[in-house]
Amino acid sequence: MLSPEERQEIEAELPRYPQKQAVCIDAMKIVQRHRGWVSDESIRDIAELLDISPDELDGVATFYNLIYRKPVGRHVILLCNSVSCWVMGYERLRERLYQRLGIQLGETTPDGRFTLLPIVCLGTCDHAPALMVDNDLHRDLSPDSVDRILENYQ
Amino acid sequence: MKPDGEALTLNEYQRIGGYRGIRKALQLAPKEITDVVTKSELRGRGGAGFPTGSKWTFVPIGKDAPHPKYLVANADEMEPGTFKDRYLLEGNPHQLLEGMMIAARAIEADVAYVFLRGEYVLAAERLSRAIAEAYAAGHLGKKIFGSEVNLELYLHISAGRYMCGEETGLLNALEGKRANPRAKPPFPQTSGLFGKPTIVQNVETLSNLPHILNNGADWFKSLSRSSDAGTKLYGASGKVKRPGLWELPMGITIRELLEEHSGGMRDGVQFRGVLPGGASTDFLTEQHLDVKMDFIDVEKAGSRLGTGTMIVLDDQTCPVGMVWNLEYFFAQESCGWCTPCWSGLRWAERILGAFEQGQGSEADLEKLAWITKFCAPGNTFCALAPGAVEPLQSALKYFREDFLRHVREKRCPWR
Repeated sequence: MLSPEERQEIEAELPRYPQKQAVCIDAMKIVQRHRGWVSDESIRDIAELLDISPDELDGVATFYNLIYRKPVGRHVILLCNSVSCWVMGYERLRERLYQRLGIQLGETTPDGRFTLLPIVCLGTCDHAPALMVDNDLHRDLSPDSVDRILENYQ
Repeated sequence: MKPDGEALTLNEYQRIGGYRGIRKALQLAPKEITDVVTKSELRGRGGAGFPTGSKWTFVPIGKDAPHPKYLVANADEMEPGTFKDRYLLEGNPHQLLEGMMIAARAIEADVAYVFLRGEYVLAAERLSRAIAEAYAAGHLGKKIFGSEVNLELYLHISAGRYMCGEETGLLNALEGKRANPRAKPPFPQTSGLFGKPTIVQNVETLSNLPHILNNGADWFKSLSRSSDAGTKLYGASGKVKRPGLWELPMGITIRELLEEHSGGMRDGVQFRGVLPGGASTDFLTEQHLDVKMDFIDVEKAGSRLGTGTMIVLDDQTCPVGMVWNLEYFFAQESCGWCTPCWSGLRWAERILGAFEQGQGSEADLEKLAWITKFCAPGNTFCALAPGAVEPLQSALKYFREDFLRHVREKRCPWR
């Protein structure tokens, strides 16, 4: 079941588009903001609200990088692996994260604190290498600076 | 833009002449706006370089035209190595909004969307604030600037995928679908978003419009140092002393960007090559340093201006590894719609990975060369795969000896 808040937020998007389906990506992001991820049940609920089939909505959900169809940790680390960051030391950063978190890309720490995901170019190549934690961008990174950043996310 | 990177508020923007261009545009007929922009010779800054004014002329105008018509700002900056629109979005959102109003007026659009990539969180905050300010001031909504013109403008925040930057993929994404490309024709100018006439334009292109309307086509052309008009946002990333972004006259040379603006290579590393305009452009090397960074000259040198943000390859970085990274990206971001792209790029990526593991052979070089032809324009549905193989085909040409070293030494010499 969508919560009243979720439903209200989704419905507030409707007037911005001439067709209901156009709201579906916003709708999934709204649910994800409330629950951290988009479950099968949420897919069915959103599809029903917007008059599209759950399968079609799932096809859309799985197309986009930032819709999570599995539960994620309290904080999501998006590590840029594109070319400028690669040239400037992405691999060393990745190794340090593997070591500190004890997980690989695509995994969540056992305590549910962090999920580590790769992301395409974050568009901050003049300050490479870079990563995001939740909504925060961190740039000009060295492996050591990563240690300090992680401490700020409990 | 302010030195501290904070966004200009509506009042600050107006104090330096903001929203004068749209006021002028509202005194003109749509066709007159298009004429000014055509005369300015502004070409699209998103990568393809299509002339902006001509693009608009394909949109049906007048009382028999279908409505609503749409104007979309492509703020889905995802081309690896490209970070120019971020500065415009974060530093001067009102300039973009004014550009959108002018473009919307030129095609008589009723609704405009900013299609913004999801990771640009700060840009989203600042754009939302700017849009609210513009509505409150009567610059958006009904009867904008006291005229008879209406324009609604909304921010759409994407959920991320490189394909959304492709014009028709973007339209599908805005409609709540997978961002697969659409067949052309029909072109978006006649049948685009929700089947209505639509123009999709890059952020930097739109941000030029207020100044062209304000100062005229001849002024814009006079800013350039080459046969392509205007200024351009140029950037540099990689192991240069001062990576960054600069607005400079169109036609500045690669050497000037590299040596003056970027401060040259970092100590201890040597220049080997450059992708002049993002990940999907061909490598240029030492012999091309005096090439002018404009559409015509970069193309003559065998590459593309693309987004104008160059990625520098140095001698401490493996060119094969770099191309592997690029092809990995393109293979991952292929939408899977057509075979050369989903199959060819993944194949190329695997072969490149094998080279890096010391398992490449000379015969593999022939396979890679074949894949670049398999993915060439005309064989694919959209521009993703042809762009993807540009760095590969040029790496095979300029860095062949580096590939062969991987074969001989059965390892990556840089690891």
